[in-house]
Amino acid sequence: MVAAQLGDSAAYAAFLRELSPLLRGFYRRRLFNLQDDIEDLVQETLLAVHNKRHTYDASQPVTSWLYAIARYKLVDLLRSRAGREALHEPLDEGHEELFTDPAPDADEARRDLGVLLQQLPDKQRLPIEYVKLQGLSVREAAQRSGLSESAVKIGVFRGLRVLAERIRGER
Amino acid sequence: MNTDQLIAALSNGVEPVDPGAARRNLMLAAAAGFVAGLPLLLTLLGINPRLAQAALLPMFWVKLAFVGGLAAAGWWTVFRLSRPGAALGAPALALAAPVLVMGALALAAMLLAQADQRLALLLGSSWTVCPWRIAVLAMPAFVLMLWAVKGLAPTRLRLAGAGAGMLAGAIGALVYLLYCPEMAPPFLLVWYTLGMLLPAALGALVGPRVLRW
Repeated sequence: MVAAQLGDSAAYAAFLRELSPLLRGFYRRRLFNLQDDIEDLVQETLLAVHNKRHTYDASQPVTSWLYAIARYKLVDLLRSRAGREALHEPLDEGHEELFTDPAPDADEARRDLGVLLQQLPDKQRLPIEYVKLQGLSVREAAQRSGLSESAVKIGVFRGLRVLAERIRGER
Repeated sequence: MNTDQLIAALSNGVEPVDPGAARRNLMLAAAAGFVAGLPLLLTLLGINPRLAQAALLPMFWVKLAFVGGLAAAGWWTVFRLSRPGAALGAPALALAAPVLVMGALALAAMLLAQADQRLALLLGSSWTVCPWRIAVLAMPAFVLMLWAVKGLAPTRLRLAGAGAGMLAGAIGALVYLLYCPEMAPPFLLVWYTLGMLLPAALGALVGPRVLRW
């Protein structure tokens, strides 16, 4: 990055090539239902890295700078998406209420939740099962799963977010 | 265009950038904001005719240090908010420091004053207009700061807008200092701080829209 600021184009190209897989991984972990957008986002972030390269300070870890930009671009995309898709919502919801009987839905929900939970890594699945489904305290869940208390809280939070995104993706 | 082509296009003949440019642009914007506030002060209020006498009082310098300290800490905060991934802890503490010191002075002044004079210490003679004047005098700096911050890379837009607004408020207060005769710490603590928070609130409001890049 410092080489890029000085104008060394070979080093800069190598640096950008190194970034691409990092960014692809970053977005793939966060965008479950928008896989098509990943490459666009990677390119947009590379462009942002290029246009904002004067804001990098050599005393700062380059990853924290990079991921802050990547996160910003992700939020930007999701926000514009949310704005556009909000227009469709009223119709979709109307349809669901018209054609579904709530009782079988609840059964399916329980089964689906089990299936979805199995897809989560242990450090997210166990905290959710203990804290949210069995109603244990964070401390008890930490003792039982062998994770630290903060890891349990983070696991619940991340796991729920992942679940929410998967559920949305399947609709 | 695939990603490899994009990388080739971006890196081919990449122009060197000055890593000090971010710092310099933000400094220039802050300085220009102060200078641009001066004609506004002269047309709206003028300069305190007793400024020279006021400058002999220690309290004048305490006031200057309070506002100047907030401006410096605000600038530091905005600088961090304008660069992706920069930590905010230290500048946030620096922002709190002048307020805490002035708070201690205000408390002391209130305790030392006689009960029937405390309200006068708090309200002075201009509390109804002071915050608004500071906010108005901050407007040139407000526009310049938002413009400078947008040219960098803020990633938390609401916070960056608020920071830029607060810094503009502190710059506006520096300008207003040349007119305002108030010297009581309780007055400065409440009304000067409020005057800086008005543009900060405005900045938080418009930040997400205006600062987007």
